Amino acid sequence: MEVKNLKKYFNVGKKQLKAVDNVSFEIYEGETLGLVGESGCGKSTIGRTILNLYQATSGEVNYKGKNLQEKLSKKEKKFYQEEIQMIFQDPYSSLDPRMTVLEIIAEGIKIHQSNMIGKERLERVYELLELVGLDRKHAKRYPHEFSGGQRQRIGIARSLAVNPNLIIADEPIAALDVSIQAQIVNLLKELQKERGLTYLFIAHDLSMVKYISDRVGVMYLGSMVELASSEELYNNPLHPYTKALMSAVPIPDPDIEEKREQIILQGDMPSPLNPPSGCRFITRCPAAMDMCAKLSPEWTEVEKDHFVACHLF
Amino acid sequence: MGETILSVDNLDVSFQTNSGLIKAVRGVSFDLKKGETLAIVGESGSGKSVTAKSIMQLLPKQSTRIDSGSIVYGGNDLLEYGNKEIEKIRGKEIAMVFQDPMTSLNPTMKIGKQVMEGLIKHNNIRKKEAKKRSIELLTEVGIPYAEERMNSFPHEFSGGMRQRVVIAMALACDPKVLIADEPTTALDVTIQAQILNLMKELQKKTGTSILIITHDLGVVVNMAQRIAVMYAGEIVETGTLREIFYKPKHPYTWGLLQSMPKMHQDQSVPLIPIAGSPPDVSLMHDGCPFAARCPYVMKVCHNHKPDQTQISVTHAAACWLEDDWAPEIKQPEKIGGVSNS
Repeated sequence: MEVKNLKKYFNVGKKQLKAVDNVSFEIYEGETLGLVGESGCGKSTIGRTILNLYQATSGEVNYKGKNLQEKLSKKEKKFYQEEIQMIFQDPYSSLDPRMTVLEIIAEGIKIHQSNMIGKERLERVYELLELVGLDRKHAKRYPHEFSGGQRQRIGIARSLAVNPNLIIADEPIAALDVSIQAQIVNLLKELQKERGLTYLFIAHDLSMVKYISDRVGVMYLGSMVELASSEELYNNPLHPYTKALMSAVPIPDPDIEEKREQIILQGDMPSPLNPPSGCRFITRCPAAMDMCAKLSPEWTEVEKDHFVACHLF
Repeated sequence: MGETILSVDNLDVSFQTNSGLIKAVRGVSFDLKKGETLAIVGESGSGKSVTAKSIMQLLPKQSTRIDSGSIVYGGNDLLEYGNKEIEKIRGKEIAMVFQDPMTSLNPTMKIGKQVMEGLIKHNNIRKKEAKKRSIELLTEVGIPYAEERMNSFPHEFSGGMRQRVVIAMALACDPKVLIADEPTTALDVTIQAQILNLMKELQKKTGTSILIITHDLGVVVNMAQRIAVMYAGEIVETGTLREIFYKPKHPYTWGLLQSMPKMHQDQSVPLIPIAGSPPDVSLMHDGCPFAARCPYVMKVCHNHKPDQTQISVTHAAACWLEDDWAPEIKQPEKIGGVSNS
């Protein structure tokens, strides 16, 4: 998948909210691309725009040689819906409380594999339930009978029902307890290994993102500021925002935490309705220069596969 | 070790609900020392917030029952206090910062008035003085143009700014104890770092004791000197920061530390989660609350509750493995805090 100059503006009254402003990146087959950033940076909007849950203001989302933002025929639409699926953040609101687990998971199969009926379909649902670590007798139950972690497993089973290639996971573990988060992350990794899935993993938990992702993109106020392999990004962060973001996360290890020096950013993220001119990070950047207020930094490849948008580089 | 300022002993709290009696907190004991920061760590539903709220008598009276225990502050048992008496303590001697700064401020009142409210009530000072002090407080917690911002409403502030206001309110009367219930959970990481730093600086200045309640082990390391780990309404292990992170004794603490990825974790090594999910507190049996998920479970665990075993002066764990009769087990090699970098 290739995302090119993607823009998504929302109209808020008379103003325009630039939720995603000129973002380009690629997702390679079989990899996990992590997207991190603070709330309001546009990471979820990207996920939803790729899926066409939002219509992009401009830009391209190319997948298998076709721009998904163009008008698609019904058949093409159905094909892409099968190929790309989503896992949502909140396992409490993303499952219909009045449907049984069986109905929830079978819904996609009914639409996309309409020749699979009766017993065959039931078997497929059982198979999916077992795949995500649930029991086949759970199929007749309703979502409220499950814990948060189990519900997230149901959400994963539902997304796998149509055999997708790309899964967009929007904060899939943010609403779960620590001991359950590890279960879900392990499950996602196993499924990826078995089925060769590609993930776009959207999260704000940096250590989890590093653990699951091959490459990580950092977003700030609607634009991407840095993109590199996860090892490279964590060992050699270049953009001042990436550095501050990583330094802000306390490390659960007393010896390391004691020696570490924290960069504490001043102030808040400016409102996306009224972003600063030039570089968007300028209001909080410890290394801001005169030039930063005038010019938006270019997206440059500093080292191989390490992109950054900053005037320092 | 300093003197004890707040002492919770054998606290039992239960709620009457439609589905029966829920024993949310069972036999919780801990001491908060002068000037220290104690963290209560646990997952959702472990009873950590209930513990904090029962100290302040903030739980709904109709449905809550405090079955036994005592909360001793300044030589008196707070649980025996009536409404009038607790009001003198609440906000003045013991103050609280809540999780959600969006809902813990009154949206229809100007910020200044909300900060002044406590000052006027507890300190018996004039409005003019209270105003002056409020501006000082807001400046101290890092709100720019405090004098003008006194006239703003909460919705005009960002989440981080609101939490600063809440902290200013909590500190208004120089409390001896500050209870912070997940103070940064609703905030972004860069803002979290600001707020945690602010709390540490203020503690250095005023010598307040902090009881911080959180599920985030990173925040714990950043803030606390001592830790109490809670699981399903009970404290399963207490110790200093280093004891809990480097020499944990309870299998739940092991599990908690292992299920987090380290900054330098090898991607091909799977995480070690705790199997199953937290128990339903309304269906608790007599044994150890962690028995159903514990990989080292023994027969005795299902029927008998383990006592706290003292491991060092500061370190205690409630686990049968610490019993003299328990078989030797191999502890997991790499436990959470020990980074493999």
